[in-house]
Amino acid sequence: MSTLDSKIPKGPLADKWTQHKNDINLVNPANKRNIDIIVVGTGLAGGSAAATLAELGYNVKTFCYQDSPRRAHSIAAQGGINAAKNYQGDGDSNYRLFYDTVKGGDYRSREANVYRLAEVSANIIDQCVAQGVPFAREYGGYLDNRSFGGVLVSRTFYAKGQTGQQLLLGAYSAMNRQINRGKITPYNRHEMLDLVIVDGKARGIIARNLVTGEIERHSAHAVVIASGGYGNVFYLSTNAMGSNVTASWKIHKRGAYFANPCYTQIHPTCIPVSGDHQSKLTLMSESLRNDGRIWVPKTKEDAEAIRQGKKKPKDLSETERDYYLERRYPSFGNLVPRDVASRAAKERCDAGYGVNKTGQAVFLDFASAIERYGKEQAAIHGNHNPSKEEITKLGKKVIEDKYGNLFQMYEKIVDENPYETPMMIYPAVHYTMGGVWVDYNLQSTIPGCYVTGEANFSDHGANRLGASALMQGLADGYFVLPYTIGDYLSKDIKTGKIPTDTKEFDEAENKVRELLEKLINNKGTHSVDHFHKKLGHIMWNKCGMARNAEDLKSAMSEIRALREEFWKDVKIPGGMNEMNAELEKATRVADFLELGELFAKDALDRNESCGGHFREEYQTEEGEALRDDENFMYVAAWEYTGDPGNEILHKEELEYENIEVKSRSYK
Amino acid sequence: MKLTLKIWRQKNATTKGELKTYPIDGVEGDMSFLEMLDVLNEGLINKGEEPVVFDHDCREGICGSCSLQINGEPHGPDRLVTTCQLHMRMFNDGDTIVIEPFRAKAFPVIKDLVVDRSAFDRIQQAGGYISVNTSGNTVDANTIPVNKHDADESFNAATCIGCGACVAACKNASAMLFTSAKVSQFALLPQGRIEATERVLNMVAQMDKEGFGNCSNTGACEIECPKGISLENIARMNREYLSASLKG
Repeated sequence: MSTLDSKIPKGPLADKWTQHKNDINLVNPANKRNIDIIVVGTGLAGGSAAATLAELGYNVKTFCYQDSPRRAHSIAAQGGINAAKNYQGDGDSNYRLFYDTVKGGDYRSREANVYRLAEVSANIIDQCVAQGVPFAREYGGYLDNRSFGGVLVSRTFYAKGQTGQQLLLGAYSAMNRQINRGKITPYNRHEMLDLVIVDGKARGIIARNLVTGEIERHSAHAVVIASGGYGNVFYLSTNAMGSNVTASWKIHKRGAYFANPCYTQIHPTCIPVSGDHQSKLTLMSESLRNDGRIWVPKTKEDAEAIRQGKKKPKDLSETERDYYLERRYPSFGNLVPRDVASRAAKERCDAGYGVNKTGQAVFLDFASAIERYGKEQAAIHGNHNPSKEEITKLGKKVIEDKYGNLFQMYEKIVDENPYETPMMIYPAVHYTMGGVWVDYNLQSTIPGCYVTGEANFSDHGANRLGASALMQGLADGYFVLPYTIGDYLSKDIKTGKIPTDTKEFDEAENKVRELLEKLINNKGTHSVDHFHKKLGHIMWNKCGMARNAEDLKSAMSEIRALREEFWKDVKIPGGMNEMNAELEKATRVADFLELGELFAKDALDRNESCGGHFREEYQTEEGEALRDDENFMYVAAWEYTGDPGNEILHKEELEYENIEVKSRSYK
Repeated sequence: MKLTLKIWRQKNATTKGELKTYPIDGVEGDMSFLEMLDVLNEGLINKGEEPVVFDHDCREGICGSCSLQINGEPHGPDRLVTTCQLHMRMFNDGDTIVIEPFRAKAFPVIKDLVVDRSAFDRIQQAGGYISVNTSGNTVDANTIPVNKHDADESFNAATCIGCGACVAACKNASAMLFTSAKVSQFALLPQGRIEATERVLNMVAQMDKEGFGNCSNTGACEIECPKGISLENIARMNREYLSASLKG
């Protein structure tokens, strides 16, 4: 085991980033024209980085598996983006955003990174508005804000329930400007299948053209991985069908350490599973918890009657309902952080109070909000004695303005009208805080290989607060990486073009070919999905919202066995040299089958509960997560050894100099 | 339910395609249309046949990947949904469903139900942006107040997901609704006015170059658009185009 150097600059917390920017080397504009950069992934982190690097003058190549950069899964983010603007005058500041994020992450993130994130957050909003991102506004024409979980201020900027879409289209438009100038060459429908290392430095990638099947070599002076998270290791998640760990896992196998794989966010408000055919889960934005109240019946008899359809939620009076978040956490109520809300829902459902057919759902109820807004609107319109119908009508309009698209989505999927009856929701896998280990400069343990956005581990600790993923993706891409990568590239101005006809590229390409041929020629009996579903089942049952040592050990051996079975028995129709969706899935699932085992190992190794990682053996009497700061206040960074069950642990000890580490309470 | 599917199969861009018939059983109302196709594909793979290829990703109606002409309508019979959000409860036991790719000269078929929509990207590259550097050295966001109505209209136009249903619905395969949505988003904002003239001229020129047809105001695009993008955007683009042409 070695100690990892996080390269955090010296000096007071608030000055570190400014000082660092002053200290690092720059590349002059003429030299930038001779330097190539590959960006894998075109979501918020990759798209913003590609646009900014191209604007600075570098030659950028982008890669995405989708048919257009605009389709990256950042597009599905709903609720909003945080920024310490303090437009509401409610006491927000860089420090408060920093503090909330470190506390929200259960004191398992790196102070200096989080402070930098808070520091650049305000710039993101300025940048996006200048780009024409149509954020929600108040009648005076100024930007509107709302609240998200785990904080006591309103710092979230939003565009209805489609904030991710609007921000991604902003980054995509910035990319388009550079594509038009010839500074970005986009390789869409391409998948990175290996990293090429020359003399210890990342110098290119091997990618497969998903239309023709051709294996291509691409060289560059640096490679940026911005390929998102690995939630699909659970099969069912809120991720897109194609979201995968492959780019991150390939660089891991080439020497990049993988940090905290067990830190997964299970989002409390998703539409429950409806049957075995289910292919993905749909999120209902956390912003709904601004106005929705979460409850289950107080008695098991009522819960049973609701499950059987004998009673409707409206039949239960206020006193017959258990608003369990408001009861357990009076100061944060329905706006506790995601990990806390998810566990509380699981606790109630496990205890027999769940409300849908499967018993795996709780209510998210808007009736109180509709009434409150209705009365307010009536008063604004001078109606001081409104009827119940008038109140309901006005209140529904306000809710529709705020969350219209989410309500419509719910109705289309579930076939129930959430304006009339409470939504039914249940936690689902959503985001992965773990990822490739990076230092303060966002560089992995492979020189020249940078990792940004959800793909890295850096800013959210053991739990991410709502509306912080968009903030991190854009912060990394627009404002952090463009500086830090320049420092590295300043030593490369005389290198010249990296040739691709070298033994390193030969070796990497041959490896990719062998992998694909092996899969195609396997001719087994089961589809890729068959194995992926089995993996998801193991992950959800044994590495999900609650974990214990015994289950984690058996998960490791079950995943290992499943991986062996996959390589013996997977069946992929079609050929290599054509569009082949099954082959694409197979390469991704093969990597998930390795990551899954490391995930379980990491969870087993961490003998404490923190954030999204809840070990049943380590909890308070009230069922809250119990950290062990003395023994586990570190980042677990794993080194690949050829066997995911036997990787080598490296620790980055976390130091808190600006924040008092205490037990996290939202009561 | 039991259904009969007639699906367009085409090996690649250069070979001819044809409709093939597939019976399917055990379809449930709670399945999405794409989950129904997953079930079909699982069966085909188990039989050793090649599964049907179709574009899809987020499966929550926002990425714009999924397409499909279902019984002659882009994204099928329901309104304001993409194919991934279309649920099988919209169909009845015994139905025959014809599934084809989006048809347009500018959207060539790649394989089966997958088409090439990169023409849309090139229209955006021609001017679908505001030329601001991403350095962060811009003015404070609240120094540019925007009338709420304009901001909301701009947002509504910006919700286009670029799926191409408007083109597939149009008898002329026109991309006016798509192009006008982006032109409108920026035309309605003070930040976007500065380059409004060049933007509309360049984007329309690229749209024509890609081989999309003309708009003849039938309005099918608005009806089939899964995001409800309004025809008013086309009217706005026409005004913008006219005034830009006079200036230019």
